[in-house]
Amino acid sequence: MLDHLSALTLARMQFAFTVSFHFIFPAFSIGLASYLAVLEGLWLATRKPVFLNLFKYWLKIFALAFAMGVVSGITLSYQFGTNWSVFSDKAGPVIGPLMAYEVLTAFFLEAGFLGVMLFGMTRVGPKLHFVATVAVAVGTFISAFWILSANSWMQTPQGFAVNAAGQFVPADWLAIIFNPSFPYRLTHTVLAAYLTTALAVGAVGAFHLLKDKTNPGARVMFNMAMGMVAATAPIQILAGDQHGLNTLEHQPAKVMAMEGHYHSHPDGAPLVLFGLPDQQAGKVRAAVEIPKASSLILKHDLNAPLKGLDSVPRADWPYVPIVFWSFRTMVGLGLLMLLLGLVSLAARLRGGLYAWRPLHRFAVAMGPAGFVAVLAGWVTTEVGRQPYTVYGLLRTAHSAAPLDAPAVAASLLAFVVVYFTVFTAGAGYILVLMRKAPATLEPELESAADQPIRTAGLMPGPAIDPHPPGPKSPVAGDPS
Amino acid sequence: MSPAFDLSAADLATIWAGLIAFAVFAYVVMDGFDLGIGILFPTLKPGPERDGAMNSVAPVWDGNETWLVLGGGGLMAAFPLAYAIVLPALYAPIIAMLLGLIFRGVAFEFRWRDPRHRAFWDLAFTAGSVVGTLAQGITLGALLQGVKVAGRGYGGGWWDWLTPFSLLTGASLLVGYALLGATWLVMKTEGETQAHARRMAGRLGAGVVACIALVSAATPFLGHRYVEHWFAMPNVLFTAQIPLLVAVGTGLFFYSLRKRHERAPFLLALGLFALSFAGLGVSVFPDIVPGAVTIWQAASPAASQGFMLVGAAIMIPIILTYTGYAYWVFRGKVGTDGYH
Repeated sequence: MLDHLSALTLARMQFAFTVSFHFIFPAFSIGLASYLAVLEGLWLATRKPVFLNLFKYWLKIFALAFAMGVVSGITLSYQFGTNWSVFSDKAGPVIGPLMAYEVLTAFFLEAGFLGVMLFGMTRVGPKLHFVATVAVAVGTFISAFWILSANSWMQTPQGFAVNAAGQFVPADWLAIIFNPSFPYRLTHTVLAAYLTTALAVGAVGAFHLLKDKTNPGARVMFNMAMGMVAATAPIQILAGDQHGLNTLEHQPAKVMAMEGHYHSHPDGAPLVLFGLPDQQAGKVRAAVEIPKASSLILKHDLNAPLKGLDSVPRADWPYVPIVFWSFRTMVGLGLLMLLLGLVSLAARLRGGLYAWRPLHRFAVAMGPAGFVAVLAGWVTTEVGRQPYTVYGLLRTAHSAAPLDAPAVAASLLAFVVVYFTVFTAGAGYILVLMRKAPATLEPELESAADQPIRTAGLMPGPAIDPHPPGPKSPVAGDPS
Repeated sequence: MSPAFDLSAADLATIWAGLIAFAVFAYVVMDGFDLGIGILFPTLKPGPERDGAMNSVAPVWDGNETWLVLGGGGLMAAFPLAYAIVLPALYAPIIAMLLGLIFRGVAFEFRWRDPRHRAFWDLAFTAGSVVGTLAQGITLGALLQGVKVAGRGYGGGWWDWLTPFSLLTGASLLVGYALLGATWLVMKTEGETQAHARRMAGRLGAGVVACIALVSAATPFLGHRYVEHWFAMPNVLFTAQIPLLVAVGTGLFFYSLRKRHERAPFLLALGLFALSFAGLGVSVFPDIVPGAVTIWQAASPAASQGFMLVGAAIMIPIILTYTGYAYWVFRGKVGTDGYH
């Protein structure tokens, strides 16, 4: 099946496959780590048991997602060398140190405190445990900072020189780190991670409210998640718009592909809602358009001229059909998220947040939306960067390792088989955990009934009492 | 290829070679015993014995594995040319290592989540550990025997790595990590499990000594002036100490095992690893792709290495501090009776 494909195409498929699988997990764990820190903080501040229960509930899911993120991420850190060695040789002096900083400032922090976060509550006590949780959450953010800086530099390179060996060498580190697309990409991606998590948490809360609208854990998580969606979705749309304007400035061909603009429009470009981009013919078939609306969005002027791909050499075109559709997928889901946020606000104002079943069904349906949107957005920006790895400077075709096609075909097949086996199982385990209603007394990660050995031999430490002395709060009471 | 070792070059590149060697050794020290437990897992009884062994590393494996990412990422940043030559040359074993580590890593979580398939995930834990270890050992051997370089890239085929020597280093690392795992269990467990681990440690210790001898005997036949590095004056005054210390360390190891010391066997096994590692350094330095590329030829510009050195100098002590803290939190025995 794979023998007619070139080593380059196979290497691209392999990178796309492994990075897409990987990206799902940090998109979830960045948001979930922060959510866990908030839950534990709320528990420490209020001592309401519902927060501790929710913390324990989501901690088990976080542990699974994080483990899968770690193992799928290590693959990527080596794949730059195994499959993109020419790129690594040339760009290594610039993006290598950014990734080294990610390892030094983020990966170790996350990994070092993850053990304490997962297994250490009884050993270190609640306060230090909270410190560990916050450290993990901060680590996930720092990680996003560095890796997105590296990726943004590949999109909008600056602050470098080229040496005699053809390598990009750093000239100004601040210019490299804070390259033009970085602030926009960081904002847009981190907000996406928060939205993704909020939608997943909201869906789980809604799922359990549909079965029992009095479940206190489900109510709290649904309340928090819907608040987050309502607050973040509009900001995210604004951030996406700004990111798009930045892209128009620095990578116009990518925006042309997103918009489906094969042709230049000297007096106002239409917004192509839908259509079938035909890369060969260089036009969008069966296009449904709003006249001049694209110029309005991108230039804030109905009659502003917008160039199309006909102004770009054909050899520099990104593959429009993928970018066009992935962009519409992302935007469409973003608008649905906005709608969910607004509907939840309306329900909240009318006092029906926990009772209005259509809202709960909508929230359940939107559970995977964040993951899909994140991947679609990633595809848009990465495929839109083609045919370059370092935009405008180093072509993808000149970046690959000198490998034989059969070697890459074999590894690609192995990755596909292993990833589907392992990550399907992992996603299944996460869904099983999500299907369990949050209990009033959530079992510890370390001593859940289905895993009796987890605490094996943990030395007796200060036990965590979910009901500390003081004003008694009813366990099943409504904390909201 | 023998660049003059002048001071202007004995600088950032040498420091970074040392730092990456440190990261690799830290990885071997820390993930070695994790992987070793995976290798020994089938010899442990299902139930409390396996669960206790797993729990003894569950809180730390992730941090341990991060040193591997630092080694790889640091190589790309500090010596991009070496990274670009070596990884395609070792394509198959590195992909195998990554896939092995995936199974190994998720097994820590999955086996608890799915009691019905626990046997499967236990098998995945072992298979992943064995494949990951073999691949690392083969990588080392293939690197030592040398890779074909063409221009600024790899110039050989995709099976070049497979030789009797690389298989020997692969098998040696398997025995070595198993020894680290066994001595770790001697330190962290009690009773029946500990007695079993101690018996395994004795056999594996003998195996490791044999492996060190075989690899040492085979290395001179690889060429690359390795012999010269060992026997040139004045190096020999230093290098001669290494086999001597290996002999002393081996003696102490078996003595401490017989005396039923609990921590000493693990520390002495690590000592043997450190000596072997130092021996590799003597053979290879200052090449980074043996026989083809030196650390100075592969080095990224001072602007890259210097920028990273600031971060490394600040962060590595901090990392070692909180890693030490994490180990301290989970210190002591993982008994098998705390959960009843």
